[in-house]
Amino acid sequence: MPDLKLMEQQAMKSNRTNPFYLIPYYLWIVLFVIAPIALVLYFSFFDIAGNLTLDNYRNFFSSVYLRLTLSSFWYAFLITLISLLVAYPTAYWLTKTKHKQLWLLMIIIPSWINLLLKAYAFIGIFGLYGPANNLLAAIGSERLQILFTDFSFIFVSVYIFIPFMVLPIFNSLDRINPALIDASRDLGASSWTTFTRVIFPLAINGVKAGIQVVFIPALSLFVITRLIAGNKVITLGTAIEQQFLVTQNWGMGSTIAVFLILFMIIVMMVTGEKGGTINGKIK
Amino acid sequence: MKDLIRASLAIIVISGVLMYVVSLLEDTSSAGGGGTINVYNWGEYIDPELVSQFEEETGITVIYETFDSNEAMMTKIEQDGTTYDVAMPSEYAIEKMKESDLLHPIDLNKITNLENIDPYFLDLPFDPGNEYSIPYFWGTVGIAFNPSLLEGQTFETWDDLWDPTLEQEVILVDSAREVIGMGLNSLGYSLNSTDMGELREATDKLKTLGPNVKAIIGDEIVEMMRREEAAVALTWSGQAADMMWINENIDYSVPEEGSNLWFDNMIIPKTADNVDGAHEFINFMLDAEVAAQNADYVGYSTPNQAALELMDPEVTGDERFYPTEEMRERLEVYENLGLEMLGVYNELFLEFKMDMEK
Repeated sequence: MPDLKLMEQQAMKSNRTNPFYLIPYYLWIVLFVIAPIALVLYFSFFDIAGNLTLDNYRNFFSSVYLRLTLSSFWYAFLITLISLLVAYPTAYWLTKTKHKQLWLLMIIIPSWINLLLKAYAFIGIFGLYGPANNLLAAIGSERLQILFTDFSFIFVSVYIFIPFMVLPIFNSLDRINPALIDASRDLGASSWTTFTRVIFPLAINGVKAGIQVVFIPALSLFVITRLIAGNKVITLGTAIEQQFLVTQNWGMGSTIAVFLILFMIIVMMVTGEKGGTINGKIK
Repeated sequence: MKDLIRASLAIIVISGVLMYVVSLLEDTSSAGGGGTINVYNWGEYIDPELVSQFEEETGITVIYETFDSNEAMMTKIEQDGTTYDVAMPSEYAIEKMKESDLLHPIDLNKITNLENIDPYFLDLPFDPGNEYSIPYFWGTVGIAFNPSLLEGQTFETWDDLWDPTLEQEVILVDSAREVIGMGLNSLGYSLNSTDMGELREATDKLKTLGPNVKAIIGDEIVEMMRREEAAVALTWSGQAADMMWINENIDYSVPEEGSNLWFDNMIIPKTADNVDGAHEFINFMLDAEVAAQNADYVGYSTPNQAALELMDPEVTGDERFYPTEEMRERLEVYENLGLEMLGVYNELFLEFKMDMEK
């Protein structure tokens, strides 16, 4: 322990004496974090002819974009909820298995495959003559339209996001000191009480992190909305892509992006953790 | 820290070596003499054998790249990261590029094969006197359908798409002007309409198509139709030709209320490096035999009269892909409506996607 403190002091000293070393980091943050956001904000105040205006914001509150926002939130909510319902028991079960790291790896590996490839694979799997429908036909059911439905959209999205939900939940569950659970049992708590009063609160930060990692990207999915949902589900991401690439209305695209950033900040504030409690409390 | 420095050095050295190897490879590939030209074209839109033939005949090396929308192509040419010498945009994009001063005038004296082109396709409103563009291919927007999956429905009018027996059978191409244009045509309006009342009416009518719409997608349409996942698709004639090439059950029809007639053309961007090479390439593509071979490969309709005489009469006599001049009169060419109107079309298209009746 004293070693650590010494090192910390040294580190602080060198920080004080050499602010020079921080320049690359500041540069990085200014160039790649602050500047792009500032540009998005800047462009959002211009209309298509390059005049300074607030029309884009007024336009955003017209019925189309407002309803688009609501439907994006609804689908992102469903995707997050279902991912959580699947991922929590999975993560819990993982902490109980013998070869945790191996199982974890098997869950993570699919996330290394490119999203587009996975989407195209599902076009084949869910097709009228694909494996899913062959299975249905084999058990005597009629062939169903699976592709281009709400079901296929949510299914594929959940499939893609599950590893990102499992990982943080697994980490925080795995860090719980088993002695705490034993203590809870020894003091007469039932398994249910142990779960709701001890395990769940201790792992809540993993759940929050998982919700952030899934909900925020789910708001702006656009590849899957086109390939798997056939554009019958559309999200804010679809609208941004269209404004930039087709309409070339950078102002409106930026305005939607500004709102998306705002929504993300709100989500992060709601689910934010207060000062790294995972390490603080448990270790 | 030492490890970190060593690792960074290693990465820098490896990157340096790789860059050197790449530059070596590029050097050897362009050592043919006669220089290089950068050709920027739609995907699957040229017979690659012809590119080799051009390289052999002229000693000019061709670097070939593809794009998938007029808008993406224009953005890239405007950014000027790579200098392209020849590109193949559609007519409304040419109007726009002319306005933005992105085009290099074409010296028609150097295009000796221009006489092969059917005069119908020359001197069109989007480029009077062919100052900036030379026709490459042309086609229509229509309905591809698979009678073996249908119960005798035909598609003489756009309203046939609204047939209640077609529930969940129709795929639409994910493009605002094609879909909104179809809505306008089905009401007897011009597909270049800028009248908000007409556009509103068309959008409202399109929303009632909802129950029949299976999906709104891009190039995946071809695969879907080939595999008989869907029976009907609103698409371009060339995509329909691609489908029919693989799946002989598929048929194509252009409804009688009218539709879109489009032209893709070869242009030379203002930023071109090798203007002479670009002229040579354009002239080469207009050669009768070359154009015939290209049209056979690509499947779209060629404006090259001399090539048509060399091609299979069964293909060139097919009125679905080579509509007669009389039939063409019902068709309209897209006008450049300006960015603001394009925005309106796209917003209505977004609204249609949101509010389709389920």
